[in-house]
Amino acid sequence: MTDDNTHTGQKSNRKVVIWTLGVVVGMFGFGFALVPLYEVFCEITGLNGKTGGRYEVSSTIEVDDTRRIRVQFLTNNNENMPWQFKPVVREIKVHPGEQMKVEFYAKNTTGKIMVAQAVPSISPAEGAEYFHKTECFCFNQQTLQPGEDINMPLIFLVDKNLPDRLHTLTLSYTLFDVTEKTTKTKS
Amino acid sequence: MSAVVGEHHDDHHHGPAKGLTRWIYTTNHKDIGSMYLWFSFIMFLIGGTMALVIRAELFEPGMQIVDPGFFNQMTTMHGLIMVFGAVMPAFVGLANWLIPMMVGAPDMALPRMNNWSFWILPFAFALLLSSLFMEGGAPNFGWTFYAPLSTTYAPPSVTYFIFGVHMMGVSSIMGAINVIATILNLRAPGMTLMKMPLFVWTWLITAFLLIAVMPVLAGVVTMMLMDIHFDTSFFSAAGGGDPVLFQHVFWFFGHPEVYIMILPAFGVASQIIPTFSRKRLFGYPSMVYATASIAILSFVVWAHHMFTVGLPLAGELFFMYATMLIAVPTGVKVFNWVSTMFRGSLTFETPMLFAIAFVILFTIGGFSGLMLAIAPVDFQYHDTYFVVAHFHYVLVPGAIFSIFAAAYYWLPKWTGHMYDEALGKAHFWLSFIGLNLTFFPMHFVGLAGMPRRIPDYAMQFADFNMVSSMGAFLFGTTQLLFLFIVLKCIRGGKKATAQVWEGADGLEWTLPSPAPYHSFSEPPQVK
Repeated sequence: MTDDNTHTGQKSNRKVVIWTLGVVVGMFGFGFALVPLYEVFCEITGLNGKTGGRYEVSSTIEVDDTRRIRVQFLTNNNENMPWQFKPVVREIKVHPGEQMKVEFYAKNTTGKIMVAQAVPSISPAEGAEYFHKTECFCFNQQTLQPGEDINMPLIFLVDKNLPDRLHTLTLSYTLFDVTEKTTKTKS
Repeated sequence: MSAVVGEHHDDHHHGPAKGLTRWIYTTNHKDIGSMYLWFSFIMFLIGGTMALVIRAELFEPGMQIVDPGFFNQMTTMHGLIMVFGAVMPAFVGLANWLIPMMVGAPDMALPRMNNWSFWILPFAFALLLSSLFMEGGAPNFGWTFYAPLSTTYAPPSVTYFIFGVHMMGVSSIMGAINVIATILNLRAPGMTLMKMPLFVWTWLITAFLLIAVMPVLAGVVTMMLMDIHFDTSFFSAAGGGDPVLFQHVFWFFGHPEVYIMILPAFGVASQIIPTFSRKRLFGYPSMVYATASIAILSFVVWAHHMFTVGLPLAGELFFMYATMLIAVPTGVKVFNWVSTMFRGSLTFETPMLFAIAFVILFTIGGFSGLMLAIAPVDFQYHDTYFVVAHFHYVLVPGAIFSIFAAAYYWLPKWTGHMYDEALGKAHFWLSFIGLNLTFFPMHFVGLAGMPRRIPDYAMQFADFNMVSSMGAFLFGTTQLLFLFIVLKCIRGGKKATAQVWEGADGLEWTLPSPAPYHSFSEPPQVK
């Protein structure tokens, strides 16, 4: 800082305004950039227990017969979601690498057409990256007529690289009512 | 923008205009500084009244005065108004008054923008306060406005809250740009960066924090706005978003924000303590570096507010250690203040009393902060009154005491009269006793498990809460005495000399008291 013409510093004032506004705009953008950054960070670390998207099974997958992993299924209804929603089996034991199919039961108990979205989460969170879904009802939204019920499939496998200290994975689904949201976007 | 920058005010030799338009059109840093200070004091009284509603309800267990919904609105509005309406504008007001005088400049670098950044504030807070009278009531989700409380479950007035926050953000950002431009461009010849008074240094760093994080706050409320009105799903799990993301983005703003509220206070203490110790500030360069390191560290500790949301172990450890690291530069500062006083020839005028209380009580708040930084312990303390005790100890005797200290210290320079020393001391002691009565018992009830933001509590907390409430009413009413002292000082009193205080040092003390409407039309020479 060597400018000594302190009282005619209008040019340098403009310079300061420009670069500080640059910082402001940049940080506003950074705030939004935190959203995808957080997604990526969580995907890598499994931080928030979020599971990944559809998993492509390679044909040469090996099954680890030496240990069995207990997989538990939980279901929750988000508040104001009146559907019946429960796993058909509550618990299952699988070898790592082995593909399994389980089903979840849902019933629209109301008198109107409703759309639901299930959001999965794995606990403990560090197990999330080792739990692969090759087919899941949570990839789509479910529309049920009044009184209609459905058995929804989930095909999954547990990665054979799952750390030895993990014996149990808990998969929890929360069912959200997204009727309003979907009709809004369609109309 | 070019009109703002390009036009230099050409009324160098005129006094203030007359009447109301003086205040509406003014570009004078002293006028705008005064308006900021009055505005913040009004907000302080409004936010304080809300605090007293809270304390009245908590005077006894059970529900007696307000309904729980309104109680939630009070805790929310109290926090928002005190943070954005009282503390931040007060420091901007001090910056306006003092920075040009301290660096030897005639005015702020961007005087018209200065006018604009002040006059946005009354509208922002009118918007926020008007929500109290709306259907569904004011925001009731806590000042941290966590989603989905503030999105899915918010009262309709949340939109007014969002636009209010946008406007406060614009105002703070413009204020910060002005401070940076003034400090970088308008320093008197010879005043190198390392010769600047510490108040100027701390404000320069604060201004950088402001332009870095206020846009993030604007971003997070914009995301809320889109979630509420435009069917996006930033924070809604049903649409693939994540409510925890809200907390990350919010605290990425929120943690630097708490340093925005305390760094200028460090600057004020560093001006006042040397004056009344009649010694130079001990360790000036280490003060500057400590301030800068606190500011930098403040960007990497945000998740210590969220230890209980389910962070991975590595995250808990990182944020725990990073948080504790901040105690080091803060400790350097406290050490320097104490060393400045050590073997000084101390006198205890009102500003010095407030400054010493600041050092002691802020340190207590710092220690409870260290306790909260320990992740495993925080699982127990989280969302209890211990947290409330902690942040009130750093904000009330931290930020607010330093604002009082600054007001008493520079009032003679601003008004040309000495304030009433006896009344000033009474104000100090009543505030000191009141605030400790209010907030110290909160440590105990918090450790015993009393949750925050709840209008009712279990029987065993009754006695301490009654003490807290009595202290709060003492502290609150005492502030009317401060109003009286300031008004009395403006109207008259013993004439102040230019230097005012025997040990005072700095460019602002070379100006006559009261400071002329335009200071330093000729730049002073700094050796």
